[in-house]
Amino acid sequence: MDEVLRVENLHKRFGLLHVLRGIDLSVHKGETIVILGASGSGKSTLLRCLNFLEMPSEGRITIEGRLVGRETGTPGVMSYGTRELNALRARVGMVFQQFNLFPHMTVEGNVMIGPMKLRGMTEETARTLAHDNLRRVGILEKAREYPARLSGGQQQRVAIARALAMEPTMMLFDEATSALDPELVGEVLLSMRRLSEEGMTMLVVTHELGFAYNVADRVIFLEGGMVHEEGTPQEVLQNPKQERTREFLRSHTLFRLPDPAPEAAGHS
Amino acid sequence: MGHEWDFAFLLGQRDFILRGILGTFGLAITCVLAGMALGLVFAAARLSRFAALRLLGTCYVEFFRNIPVLVQILWCYFAIPIITGAQPGPFAAAATAVSLYAGAYMTEIFRSGIQSVEKGQWEAARAIGFGYLAQMRYVVLPQAMRSITPPLTNQVMEVVKTTAIASTIAYGEVLYSAKVLSDQEFRPIESYTAVGVFFIVVLALVSAASSLLERRLRRHG
Ligand SMILES: Nc1ncnc2c1ncn2[C@@H]1O[C@H](COP(=O)(O)OP(=O)(O)OP(=O)(O)O)[C@@H](O)[C@H]1O
Ligand SMILES: [Mg+2]
Repeated sequence: MDEVLRVENLHKRFGLLHVLRGIDLSVHKGETIVILGASGSGKSTLLRCLNFLEMPSEGRITIEGRLVGRETGTPGVMSYGTRELNALRARVGMVFQQFNLFPHMTVEGNVMIGPMKLRGMTEETARTLAHDNLRRVGILEKAREYPARLSGGQQQRVAIARALAMEPTMMLFDEATSALDPELVGEVLLSMRRLSEEGMTMLVVTHELGFAYNVADRVIFLEGGMVHEEGTPQEVLQNPKQERTREFLRSHTLFRLPDPAPEAAGHS
Repeated sequence: MGHEWDFAFLLGQRDFILRGILGTFGLAITCVLAGMALGLVFAAARLSRFAALRLLGTCYVEFFRNIPVLVQILWCYFAIPIITGAQPGPFAAAATAVSLYAGAYMTEIFRSGIQSVEKGQWEAARAIGFGYLAQMRYVVLPQAMRSITPPLTNQVMEVVKTTAIASTIAYGEVLYSAKVLSDQEFRPIESYTAVGVFFIVVLALVSAASSLLERRLRRHG
């Protein structure tokens, strides 16, 4: 199955607040998609709907060819079973802005708990798996430490390893570097970039436009709960068609286009 | 005025006293465990996203916390048989009343302990694929224990002391034994002093165990 995720006409309302207003999205295996958008445009809500931390109000989500939930009488509205959602969340990794490591467990304990309790692994198998994934994000040497003794960047890489240990079909990152001191951002972005290059399917909400430019296969600009503009990083970041996208990019003072320089890319 | 202290007669009543001590332990342990179970369940109810469950939890707490435990014991022992036609034994009556009473306080202790755990912890556990019970068991409760342990210890000590009230319905715990011995031997001073010492020793042990647990829980940031 090449298409890992398909989203059709996704809506999310919080009471009267209509946050997502009909999102369509198709993500193929191995793709890295960066989602941009101003604060409040619904980026987090979109990701949280994709692993059902928030329940979509309307719309169909298909993961690896399987439609999630059952149709109800009302068109577009689905009902979801608890077991189905728990099983699904185990297959969709999520990395949060605030890391959310379990402070009462060691680093390896954080990574082992899911595989042990949900995938029925023995402690030894889970430890091997945990170490493999900690190595993947370059933090194996901290396996026996407690999270409180790690820097923010290290904690976030552990959080990535924790999600990877569930061997997810795709990974969601919600501003994974926004809570980090500037000097720690790079190590986390590097881990994410490696992951992308290994062929992981990723949806990344970030304000790091350099990452979007260098790593994303596709960039999506959300505005008012809809996909306002979508395309390759070159299209969206260098030649945005929409005025709102241009405005957003201008307001991002941090955005320095890395090589190739904008002018050079303009010729190609 | 001179009283000649003489605890020697207690030795002759070892078996009787031992039965009282076991009675106290039996009742206290039952009530602590049942109270904790009730506390956990009703704390979960009070934190539920369903309004009906929250209301149920609130009613439970307000009802059993606001009736003196002696009234509840007497009610269980004397009123229940009239209503149901079945006479509970003193143990069943006391255990029911004290457990419900303790459970009401423990509900509040567990609730605030669980609430002290960041929302992000629930979410992270949920995002891995854990269901509600697994989130609670592996992630939330172990962290909540840190803030739960001190007030829970107080409550456990309170329960141990409260078991003495069961002597009013002739349940055989230490105070009841002391009363009987004191009447038999005309030695109220020694009898009740011994009971006091017994509680001090037991509660000191509970307190020490709790400090140990607290220190263990505090080890990691
Ligand atoms: N649980 C909720 N209940 C009510 N409103 C919510 C809830 N979660 C989000 N919202 C609202 O939905 C809108 C979109 O929020 P969302 O967090 O998805 O935005 P975002 O694009 O991630 O913004 P940011 O860049 O600030 O993280 C906001 O107006 C927010 O206040
Ligand atoms: Mg957000």
